[in-house]
Amino acid sequence: MNLRAGDGNSGEKIMEQYSVSDLKNIATAIRKKVIEMVYSARSGHPGGSLSIADILAVLYFREMNVDPLNPNDPDRDRLVMSKGHASPGLYAALSLRGFFPEILLEGFRKLNSKLEGHVHKGVPGVEASTGSLGQGLGIGVGMAIACKLDTKSYRVFVILGDGEIEEGNIWESMMAASKYKLNNLIAILDRNNIQLDGFTKDVMPLGDIGEMVRSFGWNVIEIDGHDYDQIISAVEEAKLSRDKPSLILAHTIKGKGVSYMENNPKYHGAPPASEEEYRKALDDLSGEDEE
Amino acid sequence: MSAAVESLRETYGEELRMLGERYKELVVLDADLSTSTKTATFGREFPGRFFNMGIAEQSMVTTAAGLALSGKKVFVSTFAVFLMRTYEQMRQSVCYNNLDVNFVVTHAGLTVGEDGATHQIVEDVGIMSGLPHMKVTVPVDSIETRSVIDFLAEGGKGPNYVRLTREKFPVLNGKDYVFRQGISTTFKDGDDITIIGAGSMVALALHAAENLKTKGIDARVINMSSIKPIDRKAIVKAARETGKIVTVEEHSIYNGLGSRVSEVTAEEYPVPVWRLGMKDTFGKSGKSWELFEYFHMGVEDIVKLAETCFRGVKNENFS
Repeated sequence: MNLRAGDGNSGEKIMEQYSVSDLKNIATAIRKKVIEMVYSARSGHPGGSLSIADILAVLYFREMNVDPLNPNDPDRDRLVMSKGHASPGLYAALSLRGFFPEILLEGFRKLNSKLEGHVHKGVPGVEASTGSLGQGLGIGVGMAIACKLDTKSYRVFVILGDGEIEEGNIWESMMAASKYKLNNLIAILDRNNIQLDGFTKDVMPLGDIGEMVRSFGWNVIEIDGHDYDQIISAVEEAKLSRDKPSLILAHTIKGKGVSYMENNPKYHGAPPASEEEYRKALDDLSGEDEE
Repeated sequence: MSAAVESLRETYGEELRMLGERYKELVVLDADLSTSTKTATFGREFPGRFFNMGIAEQSMVTTAAGLALSGKKVFVSTFAVFLMRTYEQMRQSVCYNNLDVNFVVTHAGLTVGEDGATHQIVEDVGIMSGLPHMKVTVPVDSIETRSVIDFLAEGGKGPNYVRLTREKFPVLNGKDYVFRQGISTTFKDGDDITIIGAGSMVALALHAAENLKTKGIDARVINMSSIKPIDRKAIVKAARETGKIVTVEEHSIYNGLGSRVSEVTAEEYPVPVWRLGMKDTFGKSGKSWELFEYFHMGVEDIVKLAETCFRGVKNENFS
């Protein structure tokens, strides 16, 4: 498997090349990069990047039509990382996919690097700057409307956090997506049950998210966000939606893959606290490599 | 003065409709106020490119960002006061991404009249001017409104904020006037003092200048419609040639035209700059002309402030 930057793999071709076990290895590579980046920056948000690594691997290496050599292709699929603090996960996935050299990941959160703390459009492959929660779904709605106005057939993916949907902007955009029948819009909710201050059930109970979103006129597909067959088939099912936007409600584990970070609110926004923790995180992830 | 009065927002709606013909990529968003902002004029003609987002301004602004990221020329309208609730969406999704989104708001300032304080925003110019990339324009009449909208549709870059009103305003510009960002218009020459105004207050300033003339004071009157970027040259020239400046605006004296003018003079040519506008207060229900008098922003108030400023008397505007 060659994942180096600018390796010439492009667009459709790459998508069929990866088996599920390849995708798992890519997700592990993303997770390791996340740990390296936040540890090097001594700051950042590992938890919510680790929880979506499998989803990112499936999207960027299998489901999405993107071409690192032609990043502005008008027909490309778009992805808006509405939970912009998952920047290390997105940057790692884009780099591994060939949008920019991996060495640039070392600049994460540092001066004179384009790799801003939160997702920044200046980074190749990034579609929109994000970081203030609740806004990415609306951006996706605008892109999906534009797609229809231009009679194109690309898809717009939006990755949402679960704490994020406490923002009213999300529900405003849910209504708009439904009104304009944006079947080309696929939102993926990273349901990891944790937000900065603790568990979502304590900070702000979210109710039956699937039912709520369905009642807004959306197609809802509920999955285990770490099960590759389920992720793939959910995306394929969403792509077939005829006149409704789709939400993939992905149940995930925050901090997935690093034993001491899993389900621990502390690692929403904190890097490994010591060299020892850093080594332990990479060791845990190396264990996953063997699968 | 007996200039014809024309509606800025009706001009906006008409112009959008005309531009919609020319630019197929032009789209318009509104939040359930399209019959008031007059974007409905565009919507009736181009229903496929008109998006009524409901009473959901945050959704409207983030959707506008997504449309602009996809190459559309985007116009977004609602009442000025309600757009302000999306300050953060404007900041993060539009300005930080430096997108070509044109926020053309109506019903700004005191001249909303009877609707009262809840709807009379007098802080918006300050709020918008602070946003990186954002440019701020306050058209003085229908002719300037048309020219501003044409300019934005043809080649406006980055986010723009255009402040329109509910009331009709006197037509002050000639038919051939062309708006240029960062360039002001001198409506009346004068050597004794300069009155720099924006929007509705420019017509009042012209009246005031006539009255001042009878008192032997020859006032220059400048229409500073482009508040960001601002016409630094014209301000410095006025400071150098007339030595004193009065600013008049249908806005708070904080963070609006008066503040911007003061910044320029303080840095480049310090002279007294006396500001007339809303003094850190909310508005009230009433007729527009009653409100101007109530808040000491009428023609006579301008005359009095300019005269005391000219004569070098202590500024009693603030006591």
